Amino acid sequence: MSDNITIPPVSKGISRRQFTAAAATGALVSTAGLPMIRSARAAPPLKLGVLLPRSGHLALIGQACQRGAEVGLPMLRDMGYAVELMNADTESNPDTGRTQAEKLIREGAQMLMGCFDSATTLAVAGVAEQKGIPFVVNIGSEPKITEQGFKYVFRNFPSAGTLGKQGLMLYKDIFATSGVTPKTAVLLHINDSFGMGMLGGINALMPKLDLPFTIVETIAYDPKARDLSIEVAKAKATKADFVMTVTRLNDAILLVREMVKQQMDTMGVTSPGSPGMYDKQFLKALGKYAEFCSVNIPWFDPKQEVGNHLSQIFDKAFPEESCDLNVGFTFEAVLIAADAHKRAGSGDPQALTEALRTTNITKRAMLGGAITFDAKGQNVNLPSAVVQNLGGKPTVVLPAESAEAKLVFPMPAFKGRT
Amino acid sequence: MDATFFLNVTSGGLLTGLVYGLMALGLSVIFGVMRVVNFAHGDMMVLAMYTAFLLFTKLGIEPVPALPLVAGILFVFGYLLQRFLINRFLGVSEHIQFLLLLSIAIIITNVMMMVFGPDARSIQLDASFESYSIGPLVLDKVRVIAAVAAGGVALLLGAFFRYTTTGTAIRACADNPVGARVVGLDVENLYAVTFGIGAACVGAAGCLLVLLVDVHPNLSSDYTLLGFIIVILGGLGSLGGALLGGILVGLSEALSGALIEPSLKSMFSFGLLILVLLLRPHGILGKKP
Repeated sequence: MSDNITIPPVSKGISRRQFTAAAATGALVSTAGLPMIRSARAAPPLKLGVLLPRSGHLALIGQACQRGAEVGLPMLRDMGYAVELMNADTESNPDTGRTQAEKLIREGAQMLMGCFDSATTLAVAGVAEQKGIPFVVNIGSEPKITEQGFKYVFRNFPSAGTLGKQGLMLYKDIFATSGVTPKTAVLLHINDSFGMGMLGGINALMPKLDLPFTIVETIAYDPKARDLSIEVAKAKATKADFVMTVTRLNDAILLVREMVKQQMDTMGVTSPGSPGMYDKQFLKALGKYAEFCSVNIPWFDPKQEVGNHLSQIFDKAFPEESCDLNVGFTFEAVLIAADAHKRAGSGDPQALTEALRTTNITKRAMLGGAITFDAKGQNVNLPSAVVQNLGGKPTVVLPAESAEAKLVFPMPAFKGRT
Repeated sequence: MDATFFLNVTSGGLLTGLVYGLMALGLSVIFGVMRVVNFAHGDMMVLAMYTAFLLFTKLGIEPVPALPLVAGILFVFGYLLQRFLINRFLGVSEHIQFLLLLSIAIIITNVMMMVFGPDARSIQLDASFESYSIGPLVLDKVRVIAAVAAGGVALLLGAFFRYTTTGTAIRACADNPVGARVVGLDVENLYAVTFGIGAACVGAAGCLLVLLVDVHPNLSSDYTLLGFIIVILGGLGSLGGALLGGILVGLSEALSGALIEPSLKSMFSFGLLILVLLLRPHGILGKKP
């Protein structure tokens, strides 16, 4: 059974006069049962079916997304939104995701949100289309999600192509800002579907983007590897100017630790768009050696009040966890759903879908312009930023208009850091 | 790739191999004496890794000084397990023994999952980021410490079996259990001591491996499999064979990763195993049955 979390519309303290009036009105309604007074009550909250991989191999990220969905609810209430979350676990399995989506709709969900991984998102999108229920995608980069002609699917996350292209293009900005242009890079990447997908994207885009460096060697490894000493030794032997990585969390820690041990100093350890190096566990495990590692990804806009407020609430509620893009994009997905419900003024799926099409949210958490959707249901205002670990926290250093601190490139050698 | 690269890779593989060898010693000791195949081997090692992790996080004892304590705890665990449970299954057919030890393995993994959760835990020491530089050779400090400790434990174990009365009695049980009973040895107790020694070896290896590898409950099956590859390569029941097998696996992983493709390095351990099974089925240092 799904576990529901309800945030009612905002209610503040009432005065004696208001209480007397309310009591009198209540008595009137209970005796006369006036329908016009009943219709003046606050609209019921949106029943939002939340589908996330809270168990299985994607559990760590699924739970981060779940925290993002729940932690922002008081903020949404203060912004005048009313939403009830109907949570379901996809168990990191597309078939389970499909079944859970059908169950949520049977139980009264008026809109769906999820699912982090593209395969499950596509499975749920099929259910949403069949049942005519709008579906807001928090994270999921598979291009087909918005290229397949779905009418009820709206995605507030870049597609894989956009993500890779933006991530690579930012290298030009890094070099222009720092005034240093490396000539060679070594690419270390995981060999799971995400890592191989990123590799394919990088190989396809590198010749087209006219980047000033070449990748001299590509080294694949198992994301569950216990030891990456050989991989790092091979990377060191290439004598490349800087290191590009496509990682998850644990292997990112192993990689940088090995680089320190093997005294592999390069201009930088950077990722064109993968998790791991901005994670709180990465910063905690590596301490001073996590500094100056950078990732090119969509991120919180440090100039937006909504994002800063969300980060503060999150850090207070979950001091051991990272307020990262999983949290930010899932919060925004709930915001988009709640906003559409408020404008639609009802929970009717058709009205909600129409409202989603005309979304225009300017006060948002993540970098980019207003949240709007094109004819395919894709938000195209989702730029990436260069996020560098500085002072023990991921910090936006590019684009310049959003930067919180100055980019450090080339990074200082590992030895001698304090 | 120059000679320095291969020198560094080979030395790294050799050091890792010594720790692998220590891990497999326990498996070899238990099989060599009792002919019991310990399918809970990897699980016992992960248990030792968590024990070392707890001693470090709760009491501030670093893994190397904690090694005798962890080995002692695992000795008691192994002794009690053999004395009160496994001894009852020694006379039964082998597949029943397999099922028993697989059940123990599953129980240990699930208890660790319940207590510690699925997340990886690691011990970070200053030494975790340090290395020794000898000319162009860069040696990982933690690997050097772990390999020296592994060599020390292996020497101690060899001396125990060769020069102590209990060690001699255990060897007598391994050679001829009926004869050992006839001359009045308490075979059940000696079997329990042997299982305890095997578990203590695993405990020592776990204590050292936690410096190299992040621990999580699902790690155990990987290490049970690795343990089997090593002892079969070296020869089941041979202490020297276990160390040699460990070194061969460490070196094959390192060199295949360096020369061919790092993501395929485990494949070469299995390739080596198949080759040894074809050419010398009883292992490199094992005796013919």
